[in-house]
Amino acid sequence: MSASITIRDVGKRYQSRQGEVVALADVNLTVQAGEFMCIVGPSGCGKSTLLRMLAGIGSYDAGSIDLGSGAGGSRPLTAMVFQEYALFPWRTVLENVAFGLEMRNVPRQARRAVALDYLAKVGLARFAGAFPHQLSGGMKQRVAIARALATGPDILLMDEPFAALDAQTRYLMQEELLRIWEAERKTVVYITHSLEEAVLLGDRVALMTARPGRIKEVYPIDLPRPRHLALRTTVEFNRLVQTIWDDLVEEVNAAREQEWGVGPAQEGTARMTPREEKEWKSKEATAAHPKPYTG
Amino acid sequence: MEEQRGHSGPSETLYRLISTASPLLFLLFWEGLVQVGWLDYRFFPPPSTVLTVFGRLLLSGELWNHLSISLLRVLAGFALGALPAVALGLLMGWFRGLHAFIDPLVAATYPVPKIALLPLFLILFGLGETTKIVTIAVAVFFLVLISTVNGVRQIEPVLIEAGQSYGARGWRLFYKVILPASLPAIFTGLRLGLGVALLVIVGAEFVAANRGIGYLIWISWSTLAVNKMYVGLVTIALLGLLSTRGLEYLRQRLMPWAQDFHTPR
Ligand SMILES: Nc1ncnc2c1ncn2[C@@H]1O[C@H](COP(=O)(O)OP(=O)(O)O)[C@@H](O)[C@H]1O
Ligand SMILES: [Mg+2]
Repeated sequence: MSASITIRDVGKRYQSRQGEVVALADVNLTVQAGEFMCIVGPSGCGKSTLLRMLAGIGSYDAGSIDLGSGAGGSRPLTAMVFQEYALFPWRTVLENVAFGLEMRNVPRQARRAVALDYLAKVGLARFAGAFPHQLSGGMKQRVAIARALATGPDILLMDEPFAALDAQTRYLMQEELLRIWEAERKTVVYITHSLEEAVLLGDRVALMTARPGRIKEVYPIDLPRPRHLALRTTVEFNRLVQTIWDDLVEEVNAAREQEWGVGPAQEGTARMTPREEKEWKSKEATAAHPKPYTG
Repeated sequence: MEEQRGHSGPSETLYRLISTASPLLFLLFWEGLVQVGWLDYRFFPPPSTVLTVFGRLLLSGELWNHLSISLLRVLAGFALGALPAVALGLLMGWFRGLHAFIDPLVAATYPVPKIALLPLFLILFGLGETTKIVTIAVAVFFLVLISTVNGVRQIEPVLIEAGQSYGARGWRLFYKVILPASLPAIFTGLRLGLGVALLVIVGAEFVAANRGIGYLIWISWSTLAVNKMYVGLVTIALLGLLSTRGLEYLRQRLMPWAQDFHTPR
């Protein structure tokens, strides 16, 4: 049903025209079977790179990744949900959801039945025959999640899946994901740039450093489940967000320096101006007081 | 969707009406100018006369005699050029090494107007059908090849990654992801190819045929049978219109998912 993940000393370099980029260096992380692991870190620190490796579509040039074992001792099945949805525009919603099963040679009738089942779970059974371009962003991402779940993965990989959605839709999707996950308890590795989202969803939150990315800290999130959006207003929740933020801000500044070559700041001063920091946080803060969720 | 409905409705039909009316008005205007005597009917026969001659040639079978052979050449040349172009284009789009090898050859030969190769093909293949078919095929080949290569290279990488992450590898990735993802671009190439095929066939039949629409136009001109010449022109125009519309219809049937792309109307 679900598998554990052991990442040991993993490193990755990209050769680009500007020269070599060390994306990851000595990444060490263990994810328990059935655990919801969130990963946060400044943009460009190698989060997607790491996730692609777990999905088996990216190579690494140092260390090892052990995915435990799936059914019958085979490689555990991973399923990826991309930020850009990555639905196949030429396939109907149903055919998209059935894609993974089709690649595993599940007979047509059987895979349609499973796909319909998962479409119903994300509330889109009515749209089985529609094409992706006829759907809204939130609906597309629900199809992408159904596509991932329909393959019956041992490990679910999600790369900023809700980042492109508007705030309201994002809240609904988070609730929906919590509901589905709490029912299925798959191993999940979930990348997000929102600390709020990480603390809301995760059993643990791993913080990555600026490039070359490595795991800086892993925070256990001992908040009770089942969780709901209302959790965001609690003191404990906000304390956790603040703790992670205090460690993240250094990395964000380091990443900014890499990116734009912002000059070396004096010892002890935040390299984000106070106003910028406030903006960064207020983006997160709007998420802390969502409108009450009904239904 | 709501927005679209706002734009269509009565105004859409109105625009359609205007678009239908404009060619008719133009023909009426022409007819009028000839009737009044401001246009020389020897060079600009009135549309009514052209229509009469058109009907006469159609009934006598003479028009079909020319049209059928032209169609045959176009279809044969089109198929001969398009099929290998799609296959090679897919491979070139996917395999960078192959692209690096072949692209310079394409870049060097593409700008040559294909009709300019007609004399060469005449030497190689003689005056028979092969020459005309091959000339069309070459012209179609380049357009379809270039469109197909671009189609593959412009596939969003994340779609390929999605395919791979769900277990599509090798040949399967090719026909489950890469082929359908490049289909709209391939179709654009086919449409352009068909257009240029009509262009080339007329040119080729001007000089190297004794049947065909191009031949009809040319021989009518040289014998000053201006009415017949216009019938040839109208036929080729209708052919272009029909093939564009036909392909567009086909595209909508085969690829209802593809966003609309620019089609000359
Ligand atoms: N295919 C690639 N070629 C070269 N550099 C890459 C490639 N993919 C990612 N990178 C670089 O590796 C670093 C990490 O990228 P990524 O994993 O996408 O970061 P994140 O997801 O954390 O924002 C970035 O600096 C990025 O520019
Ligand atoms: Mg990323």
